[in-house]
Amino acid sequence: MARVHLSAGLRDLTGGVANIEIEASTVGRLIKSLDQMFPGIGSRLSEGSSVAINGEILTDAEYEKIPASAEIHFLDILQGG
Amino acid sequence: MAVIEENPGYKWVGTRPIRPDGLEKITGKAQFGADSILPGMLYGSVVRSPHAHARILSIDMSVAKSMPGVKAVITSADFPDLALNGGSAGDIDMSNNVMARAKVLYEGHVVAAVAANTREQAKAAADAVIVNYEVLPHVLTVDEAMADNAPLLHDGMYTKGIDPKPEKPSNVASRVVHERGDLDKGFAEADLVIEREYTTKPVHQGYIEPHAAVADANSDGRAHIWCSSQGHFQMRAHTATVLGVSPGTIKVTAAEIGGGFGGKTVVYLEPLAVRLSQRAGRPVKLVMDRDEVFRASGPTSGTRIKVKMGVTNEGQLTAADVWMGYEAGAFSGSPVGAAGMTVIACYDIPNFFVEGFDVVVNKPRVAAYRAPGAPMAAFAVETVMDELARGINIDPIDLRLQNAVVEGTQASYGPKFPRIGFVETLEAIKNHPQYTAELGPNQGRGVAAGFWFNAGMNSSATVHINENGTATVVVGSPDIGGSRQSMALMAAEELGISYENIKPVVADTETVGFNDVTGGSRVTLATGAAVVDACRVITADLRARAAKTWDVEIDDVEWVDGQAQHVDGSQPPLSLADLAGKSGRTGGPISATASLNARGVGAAFSTQLCDVEVDPETGITRVIRYVSAQDAGRAISPAYVEGQMQGGVAQGIGWALNEEYIHNSSGVMENASFLDYRIPVASDLPMIDTVIVEVPNPAHPYGVRGVGEVGIVPPMAAVANAISDAAGVRMKDLPMSPVKLLEALNEKGK
Repeated sequence: MARVHLSAGLRDLTGGVANIEIEASTVGRLIKSLDQMFPGIGSRLSEGSSVAINGEILTDAEYEKIPASAEIHFLDILQGG
Repeated sequence: MAVIEENPGYKWVGTRPIRPDGLEKITGKAQFGADSILPGMLYGSVVRSPHAHARILSIDMSVAKSMPGVKAVITSADFPDLALNGGSAGDIDMSNNVMARAKVLYEGHVVAAVAANTREQAKAAADAVIVNYEVLPHVLTVDEAMADNAPLLHDGMYTKGIDPKPEKPSNVASRVVHERGDLDKGFAEADLVIEREYTTKPVHQGYIEPHAAVADANSDGRAHIWCSSQGHFQMRAHTATVLGVSPGTIKVTAAEIGGGFGGKTVVYLEPLAVRLSQRAGRPVKLVMDRDEVFRASGPTSGTRIKVKMGVTNEGQLTAADVWMGYEAGAFSGSPVGAAGMTVIACYDIPNFFVEGFDVVVNKPRVAAYRAPGAPMAAFAVETVMDELARGINIDPIDLRLQNAVVEGTQASYGPKFPRIGFVETLEAIKNHPQYTAELGPNQGRGVAAGFWFNAGMNSSATVHINENGTATVVVGSPDIGGSRQSMALMAAEELGISYENIKPVVADTETVGFNDVTGGSRVTLATGAAVVDACRVITADLRARAAKTWDVEIDDVEWVDGQAQHVDGSQPPLSLADLAGKSGRTGGPISATASLNARGVGAAFSTQLCDVEVDPETGITRVIRYVSAQDAGRAISPAYVEGQMQGGVAQGIGWALNEEYIHNSSGVMENASFLDYRIPVASDLPMIDTVIVEVPNPAHPYGVRGVGEVGIVPPMAAVANAISDAAGVRMKDLPMSPVKLLEALNEKGK
């Protein structure tokens, strides 16, 4: 069961829910599950987010496996200079 | 250098050999963007809007087309309208920034382009293009753009991130929020609360080499571009999008680059050059002059930032409330998202609310600039930190140490930090002799800290072993900060051969695998990891070839110091040259390619110490001493790391004291030259002392973090805090120019 932390910027879609526990094997499946619970959040997360799994920030992580009891944070896409 | 973990016996990593690109650059042989010349080449010129905001009523090209030497004239009608073709919002904005469609949104916005036999003919024809405008009211600042009934840049812009969705469009593209704890409770627990408001102006990256592109389009639809950029694969992709063609039809060769700092991750000239070349049937060169670079290529955001922070008398931060408005320029996409994530990321604050707004204004679209978004935010928070420290009578570094994030701290932007070196940079400055050196009259001292994520992303590399045992390392990351040397040093370490026997090459888009941009301080980490992976494939192959030569098992062979050795010493070693010279007998040429989406990115921290002297008669501030301490993870090339640290500080000092876009009431930039937009020159700066802190990134084979950006985050606050110490005035608006400082001193004296 992954513990997903939803930033304040996403809570307009989650009805204020900030943390949720979800069973998902990959980041892509996790986003699908979240989208079923909070319609509209899927496209926001797919297009405009990086994901941190247990502190490691990843991009293009749709197929990334989620370890058991992982801490998941979705972050804004970062632009480097 | 402050080494936190000892170097594990590296022979090449951490050394300072001669740079591989040095000879060509000092002899003038290096080919920069504007240096390409092709047979039959035409010269281009661009028609730009004189208005900050206007509707394009008509464009008359008839006179221009009939002028001597003119071969092609193009407008937005020569490009696909991505809004009609299902383009993404980002692609539509990119296309409309390359060439205005229907409206111009800033002074300098492109409305047409011309190609002719000579530069003079092209310029004359560009001047002869007649554009009729309906001038519209404009907005230039966050305040103007967010005001009720402000003129709108985009009728369909509804603020994202607000619940419920706004009923009316506005100039606010999006809102970002980060929060934790109970803000009221946090401020109630504080013994001292400081609340301040800051503004910063747009500043340009100031790369010495202007944008330049040469394009040669073939009649079969293919095109070849030579350009100066931070990512020729990105130039290929973006040019293809704007032109509506497959990226595979475009080949891009990376020229040497004379500075980028984030500003050369954007496509401006390349699609114009290709389309002009297609229309004219000849190669076309387009080169911006400095005026165009200022007016039409991305600076970074101007901002308004409000910060309120609380602290106990014992030095515990209790709360932070931050509001940020970031100018995006003409299209959405300011770095306010990163600003929101970095603004208090150095500190473990239990209660905070951070809110940011991405605001469009009638100025050039902003582009990335070293640690995009973070420096302005740090200017605000780090000066408040200085006031808090003074208010509770605690050393400013001790206040930071007491609240510093460490491994395991929940970052303000979400996840827990892995191993980081912030505390080590603070201690390095506190232990530096300058921290306690005596100050003279009118002199003051300031410290500030900064954080940046760094990036990973996609990289590819190929390593070829030549027949004499030398190696060629082929990468697709343009070298803007010494990456060729870093790649060669890591390859030398892996292969066990001399650095001088390795030739690093930046290849074109058809010769090496895909690479993301050289940005985000990522190349030494990510492309370096690809080089290391490729080298390890090669050393495994070399062991197998030695095993075949000796007729033993591969497990009986080790690769040590550039040669294959039998584990029991029963065979004379085989050097890389030995194996390479006979490679045909053991399986053919020796080569390997590695591609990866880099993982294990290591965050960067910098703490800086600034001494200034303020002239109370003129308001002029002179930076007299400066020390920058930065966690590099592992400095593969210490000389280049120091250069990155010093470069960030130099740009930050310019941002602090001199640099700003000045627009008149019509929205026209009034200082679009290096004469009037004053970046620091050598005589403005002291020797910038560097302390490379090495807290290795455990997720990288050599401990690399990335060093290119975080150095620009603390300088503005460090200078402001030093000015306060010297002159007793708090400067809250950048730049802290002599005029402003004199006004503040006069106000204080009343």
